[in-house]
Amino acid sequence: MKLAYRMYAGPAHIGTLRVASSFRNVHAIMHAPLGDDYFNVMRSTLERERDFTPVTASVVDRHVLARGSQEKVINNISRKDEEQRPDSIVLTPTCTSSILQEDLQNFVDRASLLSESDVIFADVNYYRVNELQAADKTLEQIVRHFSDKACKQCTLDRSVTNTPSANIIGISTLGFHNQHDCRELKRLLRELGISVNQIIPEGGSLEYLKDLPRAWFNTVPYREVGLMTAIYLEKEYGMPYISVTPMGISYTAKFIGQAEKLVNAWFCVFSSKIINYNLYVENQAKFVSQAAWFSKSIDCQNSAGKEAVISGDATHAASITKILVRETGIRVSCSGTYCKHDAEWFNEQVQGLCDEVIITENHTEVGDMIACLEPSAIFGTQTERHIGKRIDTPCGVISSPVHIQNFPPGYRPFLGYEGTNQIADLIYNSFNLGMEDHLLDVFGGHDTKEVSTKSLSTDKSIDWTYEAESQLNKIPGFVRGKIKKNTEVFAKQNDIPEITVDVTYAAKERSNF
Amino acid sequence: MKTSEAPVFECETGNYHTFCPISCVAWLYQKIEDSFFLVVGTKTCGYFLQNALGVTILAEPRYAMAELEEGDISAQLSDQQELKKICLQIKRDRNPSVIIWIGTCTTEIIKMDLEGIAPKVETCVGIPIIVARANGLDYAFTQGEDTVLAAMTHRCPEYNWCIAKRHKNTTRSIIGDDPNSALIDSKEKLNRPNLVLFGSVPASVASQLNSELKRQSISLSGWLPSQKYIELPSLGEGVFVCGVNPFLSRTATTLMRRRKCQLVGAPFPIGPDGTRAWIDKICSVLNVEPDGLDVREDNIWKTMQDYICLVTGKSVFFMGDNLLEISIARFLIRCGMVVYEVGIPYMDKRYQAAELLLLQHTCKKMKQPMPRIVEKPDNYSQVQRMYEPKPNLAITGMAHANPLEARGIDTKWSVEFTFAQIHGFTNAKSLLELVTRPLRRKNDFVLSSTSLSKQSIK
Repeated sequence: MKLAYRMYAGPAHIGTLRVASSFRNVHAIMHAPLGDDYFNVMRSTLERERDFTPVTASVVDRHVLARGSQEKVINNISRKDEEQRPDSIVLTPTCTSSILQEDLQNFVDRASLLSESDVIFADVNYYRVNELQAADKTLEQIVRHFSDKACKQCTLDRSVTNTPSANIIGISTLGFHNQHDCRELKRLLRELGISVNQIIPEGGSLEYLKDLPRAWFNTVPYREVGLMTAIYLEKEYGMPYISVTPMGISYTAKFIGQAEKLVNAWFCVFSSKIINYNLYVENQAKFVSQAAWFSKSIDCQNSAGKEAVISGDATHAASITKILVRETGIRVSCSGTYCKHDAEWFNEQVQGLCDEVIITENHTEVGDMIACLEPSAIFGTQTERHIGKRIDTPCGVISSPVHIQNFPPGYRPFLGYEGTNQIADLIYNSFNLGMEDHLLDVFGGHDTKEVSTKSLSTDKSIDWTYEAESQLNKIPGFVRGKIKKNTEVFAKQNDIPEITVDVTYAAKERSNF
Repeated sequence: MKTSEAPVFECETGNYHTFCPISCVAWLYQKIEDSFFLVVGTKTCGYFLQNALGVTILAEPRYAMAELEEGDISAQLSDQQELKKICLQIKRDRNPSVIIWIGTCTTEIIKMDLEGIAPKVETCVGIPIIVARANGLDYAFTQGEDTVLAAMTHRCPEYNWCIAKRHKNTTRSIIGDDPNSALIDSKEKLNRPNLVLFGSVPASVASQLNSELKRQSISLSGWLPSQKYIELPSLGEGVFVCGVNPFLSRTATTLMRRRKCQLVGAPFPIGPDGTRAWIDKICSVLNVEPDGLDVREDNIWKTMQDYICLVTGKSVFFMGDNLLEISIARFLIRCGMVVYEVGIPYMDKRYQAAELLLLQHTCKKMKQPMPRIVEKPDNYSQVQRMYEPKPNLAITGMAHANPLEARGIDTKWSVEFTFAQIHGFTNAKSLLELVTRPLRRKNDFVLSSTSLSKQSIK
């Protein structure tokens, strides 16, 4: 048992649901008690999803505890099958079902005899893996299931496309800026003359999974989700993949360099031409991305040598560390990730770039570290933003876990050349904000935060009793002034000389909207 | 039109969306200022709390998870040792007056004997430990508060004149000249039976209801829960208790059976009609002639006229997730709305008897048919049922709100009713403010298109 206030990565079933509900026409059924379908709320609110989240629960209640699920799970599966005709139904275990140790695989086998859709059991161990690992595993499992199926039916298409093409693997719902990244990545590939064969899981269709091997290569923008699938496809179909995250100018260039190599490998076969992207990279870095110029400009001179602390998932934390150190000249005193399972890779990536590396799932350790180092800015998750608030340090959010504000309707990719612009803004704004606050304090600070008693008081005929005043002070600051004024107006109109608690209530009852 | 029907109850599959009952820690830790809530559960519980309660986590909450790991599940670790370690840490960091353990689904399934361990850890740590099993196997959302209050009932001091007096003196010395203590030791109460209200409401709402009863010269002897754990009211034979929320049936039962209190079965003080009926009932039980209630209720209705114009004739559909549905439906019918369906997770017909009766009367008065009351609803079927009559407003959880909006049905997020101040005369308007918000923001320019759903654009 451990005492925990916050966590970074969610429980395993969230990862499975993220992948399953990203695919089109896939329905997930959770074997879970009432209230565990909180995923639906997150997707509906954070992503502002317009459609019903294709996740339902096969509810575990007292009866299930006593007698087992019996036919319940199977009935729920066939009911969904009839109601919504999904291409596939993914039965998702939760912490509860993993302790109950019911033979869910057996339910799946029986249900698939009855239903038209493919029924899959998401094979993840709740207590061993987290959200990200489960998402990775589930995606691989689904791809494997459908390519095996296509193999058996001899519908698998292994002929590569005539023109260069790539799959984008790992874009999923509730991923940090995934939608924008996907668009940017598509644009990047298009400008390189590479068409997108398929994007999975987001918006992907199961019936087309058999065409995955037609692409020349795979790209895995995020380490956390998709790497297992890419490795599987390499092993099974010999498809090469790029696991470099095109975040920041130099790594976008590196990504393009690798793409060049992979494209040329097939180009040699089709024609004797060889493609060279050098000019493209140079032009983009000079004209499309402002980041290179930005880091040379006077603005950025001011932030040179300032200190930052970084924390996030492995992909984002490592990429941002590289950008800060190599592209903007900021000192990273500590860089860390909560992806413990990927610690080795992370260490390797940030080695030599920062003074310290911290790999932990415990946010209090990160908080202590930040408090101890006193950086000028933090780049982390919402958790670090909260820490920053407490110790008055600005924080730019670069990774999940996230809030609704990290799902902006506006275009905010982190990847590609437009991504470099966004990141430059984020970095610069964070440091500048801290500076501004600091200067304000130096020159006498903000306005006073006390309740202004002068709002309506050319004549001070109205007194507040101590109780009423203290009641007033409990009201949030942003409406306090208005309520105070309304109450005083009410008291004046009714010739009440002193405002008591009862008067404040009466004023509330009378006020109009 | 036949209007005096008795309520008809239906029961569906129970496949509905609601919050897990552990969410009660969110408002209870704020209510009971010297408490600490420890949720003994898995990552799933923690993830839910963290996301559902969002910003409150920023404010150094007095709640935390005792996160179970594989060793706990397979009983390689001693529960008692582990919990003791955690509670000592909490004592060191926060020093609360009480620690409340929230049992979850996992502790139920592995049959962790929290009730048995608690007294042992309590003696080691030196802080009272209360165990409430607020799990998703048995309960929905607000019922979590019910389990906590029911458990807390046992910790209330025994009602007895000598002890009660001494207890009052100690509390007074602790809380000093707090305005609330004036209510506790007003003299006139001595020749009246004691009245304790149960249900967690914000401090200002509690003080509003107090002053409402004071107008009828009824003074309270306390609230369960109180603002501080050490101020819990005394209970026992001869104490009257009355609930302010419809989801407190276990607490009511415990108060009656275990503490021998006398329950005042009244409608709940939600909406002016409910508040009036609530006060009426308390007065009649305590043999007090209600004074000026008619005028007071009328005045409140008058101040709400603008809102009532907005809602009259509009229809509403409750998908059901927090057990406040019957009371709010009754209030909205009185406001002139048409209620198609009242979904509700669980319906205690005895505890809510007076409320149901008032609903029946209200329907008769407003010449409306009795709405269908659906226990353990099935969300999928409900959505299908909703397409046909297309209500003006669906009161529903966040999982369905955006998709329904995209399909042209205005929605109100039901959870807000749990957190907003809706009790008593004073807050009746904020209840309508919530209900009319989606109706008021109607902007014909943007929202006139019949459907913004992606699915239907094909």
